[in-house]
Amino acid sequence: MKRLITSAVLLLAGTAMPALAQDHSQMDHSAHQMPPGQEDAASDQPADPHAGHAMPASDDGVPRGVAPPVPTDHAAEALYDPAVMARARAAMLKESGGMTFSQLMIDRLEYRAQKGGDGYHWEGEGWIGGDINRLAIKSEGEGDVRGALENAELQALYSRAIDPWWNIVGGVRHDFRPQPQRTYATVGIEGLAPYWFEVEAQAFLSNKGDVHVRAEGSYDQRITQRLVLQPAAEVNIAAQDVPELGIGSGLSNIELGLRLRYEFAREFAPYIGVNWERSFGGTARYARAAGERASATSLVMGIRFWF
Amino acid sequence: MTDLSLDRRTLFKGAAALTLAGAVPAWARSGTAGLHPAPGVLSGDRIALTVGDSHFGTGGRSAHAITINGTVPAPLIRLKEGQRVQLAVTNNLKEDTSIHWHGLIVPFQMDGVPGVSFPGIRPGETFTYDFPIRQSGTYWYHSHSGMQEAMGHYGPIVIDPAGVDPVQSDREHVIVLADWSLVHPHVLLKRLKQMGGYHNFQRQTLAGLLAGKDQGLKDRMDWGKMRMDPTDISDVTGSTYSFLINGHGTPENWTGLFAPGERVRLRIVNASAMTNFNIRLPGLPMTVVQCDGQHVQPVETDEFQIGIAESYDVIVQPTEAKAYGLIAEAIDRSGQVRATLAPQIGMVAPIPDLRARPLLTMKDMGMDMSGMDMGQGGVIDLSQPANDSMSGHAMKMLDPSVAPDVPMGPGVATLSSMPADRTADRPTGLEDVDHRVLTYADLRSLEPNADIRTPTRSLDIHLTANMERYMWSFDGVKLSDGADPIAFRHMERVRITLINDTMMPHPIHIHGHFFQLLTGDDPTHNPRKHTVNVLPGGKISFDLTADALGDWAFHCHMLMHMHAGMMRVVTVRHEEDAA
Repeated sequence: MKRLITSAVLLLAGTAMPALAQDHSQMDHSAHQMPPGQEDAASDQPADPHAGHAMPASDDGVPRGVAPPVPTDHAAEALYDPAVMARARAAMLKESGGMTFSQLMIDRLEYRAQKGGDGYHWEGEGWIGGDINRLAIKSEGEGDVRGALENAELQALYSRAIDPWWNIVGGVRHDFRPQPQRTYATVGIEGLAPYWFEVEAQAFLSNKGDVHVRAEGSYDQRITQRLVLQPAAEVNIAAQDVPELGIGSGLSNIELGLRLRYEFAREFAPYIGVNWERSFGGTARYARAAGERASATSLVMGIRFWF
Repeated sequence: MTDLSLDRRTLFKGAAALTLAGAVPAWARSGTAGLHPAPGVLSGDRIALTVGDSHFGTGGRSAHAITINGTVPAPLIRLKEGQRVQLAVTNNLKEDTSIHWHGLIVPFQMDGVPGVSFPGIRPGETFTYDFPIRQSGTYWYHSHSGMQEAMGHYGPIVIDPAGVDPVQSDREHVIVLADWSLVHPHVLLKRLKQMGGYHNFQRQTLAGLLAGKDQGLKDRMDWGKMRMDPTDISDVTGSTYSFLINGHGTPENWTGLFAPGERVRLRIVNASAMTNFNIRLPGLPMTVVQCDGQHVQPVETDEFQIGIAESYDVIVQPTEAKAYGLIAEAIDRSGQVRATLAPQIGMVAPIPDLRARPLLTMKDMGMDMSGMDMGQGGVIDLSQPANDSMSGHAMKMLDPSVAPDVPMGPGVATLSSMPADRTADRPTGLEDVDHRVLTYADLRSLEPNADIRTPTRSLDIHLTANMERYMWSFDGVKLSDGADPIAFRHMERVRITLINDTMMPHPIHIHGHFFQLLTGDDPTHNPRKHTVNVLPGGKISFDLTADALGDWAFHCHMLMHMHAGMMRVVTVRHEEDAA
């Protein structure tokens, strides 16, 4: 079983592995070092990083030469109050790449018409932060329109960009439904795979010691500038039986969706589609024993919106 | 969705305000006879400017604007070489402001960059700039605070030479190009951070593939594998921008008058926040006589691309008593603006259709395949590690060995493995038009350059990005990440090569200096510029004499690239003063 999980993670995260291996220490350490002039002048880039390298650019007879040391003063402080200049400089630096942004994306808010009782489903994510480090919340869940909330989870995550395409995430997830409630620690990876596939994979360890893995992927096929067809897939795998949650060891379920949305604005797109899900193995047996179906196909309609 | 409804509300309010807002200064009014004489031009040795909040509208849509003396564009400032000028700038905003005199050679403390050259101008305060005028030509001024430049805080400067002007004309018009959105620029930037392709409504689609448009399936797969979009020409597009000439959209049809047979000088400045333009006057050839305020040997052309913050002076000589369209087309062809040159107000020239949106090529990705044996017709491999058995650097989109001093990380998605010198290339989208197109290689300075020493030092600067995350930087490091200044010795001469590792042109501007662009073998007549537009995947070299002591800004003039971190401080010090 462990091998299955490991290989699933490796499979889905495979494209990101070179990135994980890269030295990404360059990007964040300097975020706290301002103003720039106070850095060790002799240490890095502009102070002739090229000396000693065999660089092809100077094919015109101009030597690489030696750059002067980086000054430690600020010229304007000779003419203006240094304290006032420091305030202006801090504001200028913040506005030159250091700003904070955020997004709240409700990717799916949908009605599911299906045999045996219509349902609803939501899935969304919000984040706040800079280019590299972000705090994120994720939520998804579903229920029966006439009955109870069946699944509801909320995640609080730290997300860190590790290369041009991939982020690692870590944090906690709490499931309010089903009962009994569970809390999980989680780590994962998400990003943009070659050919523009949105991919994410997360592993979860519950407060009862259960281990689960979830992998998701989707692709936006633009039919026109505003009409987008999105196939999506989700796979859940469990490392052990969790009878009280109706989860069997191994591949527990697969969900496939196909949604056609129209972007009236980038931020607002109603959609229609189909969603198919099926439980396998022990999970399917638990479902049947509880009088539920092991598979369900639904017609979905909903909206995607963000700001 | 919120933004949509907000826009609509603004629009209704705006329609009411439009009649009230006499938003355009006298010099920019339609039907002008030109600058001699021109009303409302600010001249002399004491000039007062007030920055304030107003409304501005075009095409029936209006929104909040930041204005100088109540107008968009700001007043025309006309000075004389050799004079001294005091410019008292009063800030009536609720936030800091500033004015940078773009292209003017001033003492660094008068250059107007908050946090670099001075503290900025706080609300309610007046700051008096005071400097001698040591040059002539066409320039402009704009805010260097917040994103006020995108909200109307820009205007033209004309400086008459002390002696005889080598450019003789019967009439002149100032042409200020701009882009204008109802949406606050901070919101535009936020959207780009949320979704890099937010404003691009000219992407490749399945419908296009089936109709045989754009790339074929194989190319689409290759580019998709690299996660690169060949339609990513501009970040902010005509989907939100109205394009303006002298504060007029196409419906308002700014008109400049001429009498047939006259030599008409057009002083064209691109004051856009995010838009490079293609400029043409169908049926009327242009003779370029100046670029970035510096005279060039007259060269005739039919079309040129003007990067953000560049200026071009051209002479046109219409002989017929008819209307000519002055067309400024956004380089991604998401929109354009038409103004008119005509013998009388009210005449209109036809508006040409927007031309087809260009597609980027491998050359724009810094993989100049020309002359290379490609084997299977240019197959790209990005998954191979750097030292794999591919032929050299040629096929890698991110081979760290081509830029050993650029730290790899989330902000560097691509490196140009074989950047070509593109000074003689026609710019993006004009490669195949069937008339003459100006390139940088056509520019030769009229007056010989004062300093033609061979540089004693050279420096490569990589223009780096991750367009998907909307991260922009020099050498892979954002200014906010604590990047060191780029240090120069006073009077040293340095050859700087800008290597564009991205798929977008970057108009790179250095404050306080002119550099000589390497376009030919004769350094005496290499064109002097303050801003150079580096084509995608290409490189450009210039020689710089660091003759202006102090601290200076050096940045991409795409406003949102600068605000994403594509900026440095440049220091010029006497050698003995350096720490």
